[in-house]
Amino acid sequence: MKETVLMKGNEAIAEAAILAGCRHYFGYPITPQTEVAAYMAKKMPKIGGTFLQAESEIAAINMVYGAASTGKPAMTSSSSPGIALKCEGISYLAGADLPALIVNVQRGGPGLGGIQPSQADYFLVTRGPGHGDFHVLVFAPASVQEMADLTGRALHLAWKYRMPAMLLADGTMGQMMEPVQLPEPHNAFGTDNPWATTGTELKRPHNIINSLELSPEKLEQNNFSRYERYRQVEENETLWEEYLMDDARICIVACGITARISRNAIAEARKEGIKVGMIRPITLWPFPKAPLARAAEQVDSLLCVEMNMGQMKEDVVLAIRCQKPVDLCARVGGMIPTPDEVLAHIRTLAKGGNA
Amino acid sequence: MAEHEIVIAGFGGQGLLFTGKVLAYAGLLEKRQLSWLPSYGPEMRGGTANCNVILSDKTVGSPIVQNPNVLIVMNNPSLDKYENAVVPGGKIFLDSTLITRKVERTDVDVFYIPATQMATDMGIHGLANMILLGAVIRETACIREETLPEALHHVIPARKADLFDYNMKAIQAGKDYR
Repeated sequence: MKETVLMKGNEAIAEAAILAGCRHYFGYPITPQTEVAAYMAKKMPKIGGTFLQAESEIAAINMVYGAASTGKPAMTSSSSPGIALKCEGISYLAGADLPALIVNVQRGGPGLGGIQPSQADYFLVTRGPGHGDFHVLVFAPASVQEMADLTGRALHLAWKYRMPAMLLADGTMGQMMEPVQLPEPHNAFGTDNPWATTGTELKRPHNIINSLELSPEKLEQNNFSRYERYRQVEENETLWEEYLMDDARICIVACGITARISRNAIAEARKEGIKVGMIRPITLWPFPKAPLARAAEQVDSLLCVEMNMGQMKEDVVLAIRCQKPVDLCARVGGMIPTPDEVLAHIRTLAKGGNA
Repeated sequence: MAEHEIVIAGFGGQGLLFTGKVLAYAGLLEKRQLSWLPSYGPEMRGGTANCNVILSDKTVGSPIVQNPNVLIVMNNPSLDKYENAVVPGGKIFLDSTLITRKVERTDVDVFYIPATQMATDMGIHGLANMILLGAVIRETACIREETLPEALHHVIPARKADLFDYNMKAIQAGKDYR
């Protein structure tokens, strides 16, 4: 490990991607993630990498497709409206079984919305951001340290499973600075990509990267085999954190910045003798269904704290099979819930009511 | 050491984020838990801007400071916005050259420092923020004096390294002001 440094979340993503071996960045500026591109613009030319500001988000994601086709680690970053534009390209990446890293530092929507933090892209990114049946790995860091750690992990798993991965942050996480220990330079990708279009040297058949398959029989098989990989991902790569759950009667479910805010509320509620804990999904797809189902057997109620109108709550209700009531504390449009607002919900639940 | 939850607020361009960075770097050097969160967007370009810094010995939960125990404030709208958010017993440091009214609260300690006027008199225009910081360090001990120079070296960009002495001079003036 290197020395501890102070970095913005956006910068930590960029540096962690470089340290993991990523050398190809394609982007288009948008608040609140522009520091990712700015960092890459400074660094990539000095280390023999590619920084390219494309003419649009759509162009950038297709450049990622091109670079990934040759087996090269490639990434792009944007914020909510820009991610919506990239969805066609992400679907093509998934259809061609190509790995890539897409960073989404979310802002309020819909439409152009605002530039302040949000978690409103939950549905978009966890259901498969684009047309067709597919998933992307979705990581939701809750600190600058995790932004660095999960960037490397996302790149590694994208290559391991040949699927796009998304790092899902928000404006607060991207803009804040915290101490972070960066990893030593490493190769997250492996060197052997037998599927990559790197030239046959007349020694092997052509590799073809394509998402078009006009035979429904073959296209069905492609989908089936992709979902077999997804099953392995769900089995092996689900991440979550349990916080003060041992004796909890109320379980908060929150990810990213709202999990940080919830910790303050939990500390206050515990002072009042309320037994409240938290399950923090770190991967949003795959979603930590099993720990939530276990928690549902133990607690009286659950509380989702979200910066959207309850998108993750739907996954929680499904995961616990409606066993227990699930309440929602939501702020949207760039507004951020305060610990006091979360605490008020906790108190109401502790009294046996639904807030 | 107690937890310091600090809000620095004023106009964009007054060096609010810079002031917060000095505190954050000092915290890093002192191996404390910390977060630094800026406002971002149009307010940076002339409107009200602010910066939240938390220095703690425990894991930092929310990086958003709801109720500061230290408020550094450099314009009237920011005082209006944050005066009532300060915890009872908290400390408010204000630039009395730019802020024309008095603090109405009676349950907080207030330090009126004519920082902008002092900076002009000393020929270090633009360093009112560092004058206020000097007073903050004296009154709150939120960072140690000995870590300050190294923190400043970290935060001042290389192309402006010659400004280090002026910054130290401003901080000293703030410490000495009574």
